[in-house]
Amino acid sequence: MPVLTVVQAINKALSEEMSKDESIVLLGEDIGVNGGVFRATEGLYQTFGSNRVIDTPLTESGIIGIAMGMSLYGLKPVAEIQFLDFIYPAFDLIVNELAKFRYRTGGHYTAHMVIRAPCGGGIKGGMYHSQSSETYFIHTAGLKVVMPSSSYDAKGLLIAAIRDDDPVIFLEPKRLYRSIKGEVPEGDYAVQLGRASVLTEGEDVSLFTYGAMVHVALEAAKKAGEKGISVEVVDLRTLSPLDFDAMVTSVKKTGRVVIVHEAPRTLGLGAEISAIISEKAFLHLEAPIARVTGYDTPYHYSLEEVYLPNVEKVLKTVEKTASF
Amino acid sequence: MSSGVLQVVNQEGKFDPKLDPDLPQSELHKLYRTMIYTRVFDNRMIALQRQGRMSFYAPCVGEEAAHVGSAYALKPEDWLFPQYREQGAMILRGIPLEQLVSSLFGNRNDVCKGRNFANAWGDRSLNIVNSSAPVGTQIPLAVGAAMAAKYKGDKIVTLAYFGDGSTSSGYFHVGLTFASVFKAPTIFFCKNNQYAVSVPTQRQLGSENIAVKAAGYGMEGVQVDGNDILAVYRVTKDAVERARNGEGPTLIEAITYRIGPHSTSDDPSRYRSQEEVESWKRKDPIKRLRLYLENRGLWGEKEEADLWKEAEDMVSEAVRKAEAAPLPTVESMFEDVYKEMSTALKEQLQDALTFHEWG
Repeated sequence: MPVLTVVQAINKALSEEMSKDESIVLLGEDIGVNGGVFRATEGLYQTFGSNRVIDTPLTESGIIGIAMGMSLYGLKPVAEIQFLDFIYPAFDLIVNELAKFRYRTGGHYTAHMVIRAPCGGGIKGGMYHSQSSETYFIHTAGLKVVMPSSSYDAKGLLIAAIRDDDPVIFLEPKRLYRSIKGEVPEGDYAVQLGRASVLTEGEDVSLFTYGAMVHVALEAAKKAGEKGISVEVVDLRTLSPLDFDAMVTSVKKTGRVVIVHEAPRTLGLGAEISAIISEKAFLHLEAPIARVTGYDTPYHYSLEEVYLPNVEKVLKTVEKTASF
Repeated sequence: MSSGVLQVVNQEGKFDPKLDPDLPQSELHKLYRTMIYTRVFDNRMIALQRQGRMSFYAPCVGEEAAHVGSAYALKPEDWLFPQYREQGAMILRGIPLEQLVSSLFGNRNDVCKGRNFANAWGDRSLNIVNSSAPVGTQIPLAVGAAMAAKYKGDKIVTLAYFGDGSTSSGYFHVGLTFASVFKAPTIFFCKNNQYAVSVPTQRQLGSENIAVKAAGYGMEGVQVDGNDILAVYRVTKDAVERARNGEGPTLIEAITYRIGPHSTSDDPSRYRSQEEVESWKRKDPIKRLRLYLENRGLWGEKEEADLWKEAEDMVSEAVRKAEAAPLPTVESMFEDVYKEMSTALKEQLQDALTFHEWG
């Protein structure tokens, strides 16, 4: 089986789906001739032509507005926002149009489209190339939000997102683009949206996380294991809608929960997960639910390592939670 | 009207035979009938709101020719992206009156299941895309749909309605930029009704007018007397033909006036004089078409009286039916958020049903 980086897996998903379905078109800045600033669309312009891999004017609200108009007419656009940090000019269209179209037209018009955007930190990008803004989209009824952590999931989830009848915000942790490799099957497979994945079975502590933090969590779990703490790492993969069952099942087993994400703490996804567990599995809890997250500051440039959750912070929190 | 603004029929109903599109009598009657229905509909909805039977309404009195004439230049397969003040275009294209009223009441018969605040009409079978309240968002959507049609090889055009205020929004710039770069078959139809709520057009632009902005996008821009339905039809038809022939988009500025308030919540006496309103009432687009028809011997007192009576009766019937319909079901509030209801929404539906039973 071929071993691909995350960005190569994304490229494969786009390429294979475009070969099968002519209604799929790509829009974004620098995605055509240049193949994307991260090379996610490399070679697609040459294969599918300028009508399907569209280099757009430099306006995020334009990219999303045009893509959405296309989707109303029956195409299945995949729009790339070069960095998630630059999506806000399109935020009105995403929240007020894209997310609500099915609803406000009584199901008559739908927006079958995907917005891809590199997200998160860890690349020394400073506050405008590192944000983790998933909460805004998770909070918006009508959107699905997905974030892969591996090459396998990147391809399978993107295929599922492209085929999904609802608008999907597909967030790609940019620090994983080339740092992670994994086996990726050739051809058609989809990873179902809305399903978490248990990466390591454990008995003592449940570690809920997603995106780039999955790898931090796995490393911390390994170190905790060496100290005799058995950690269950659950990769949420789809952030909206959340897989309630996977979380509750894990908590019923371990009774202890640590949530890790690099997005800011206040109203980050960890807050919601914590509330869900309190509502659905309170009597199974043996310790307070703990969070290891980015801080409620803008993303810092030179102190990035302080800002981001790391293995040591997660390990310490796991130990504290296990011994509570 | 100043030079450069196309006019076919003047205020007295005199017309230039060289510019007259010379529509058949039946078509002229259809346009006139649509405008009368629209006027009656508007007046009745305002009355309903004043009587406390409807929460809110935004009338289009005075602007009927601008949107009826332009919508008439489209084929049924062309796509319309309304703003919210194009009642006549909705009626012309075939949304039943009862649907329009059901939408305003938000009742169970509304095709959008009672989810929308005022004037967000649409109908997929008629290629009318429901608008939203944020200003200008329909402009890039219309361009995207046009680009998709072009990609698929469909010879259709899209038309986006918006007001003078919307030309200040980023979406105007975004839409015209994409349309000009990609030669999208879109007609940008600006209804310059002189006010964005209370703010006059002069506060929206430093340019001579709105149509000249087209030059900056390398597209055709035209000004038309928006109260002259035949002139509006003529310029829109030309723009539609250019778009259909692959010659790209056009920006049309239809100069008109909002005789009524912005909405039933607005008091226009705070920002404009009654003299100004009266001067525009003399330019009434309905009266203009009637004088034209009379001058050509195509209309009389009897037809006029019968038509108003018919329109009043039809609107009354629509209101009667719509007002009798119940509210949407609680279940329907949770439908169509996603194609399939999520676990969270299923739980919340149960919650709502529980409390609804208590209430």
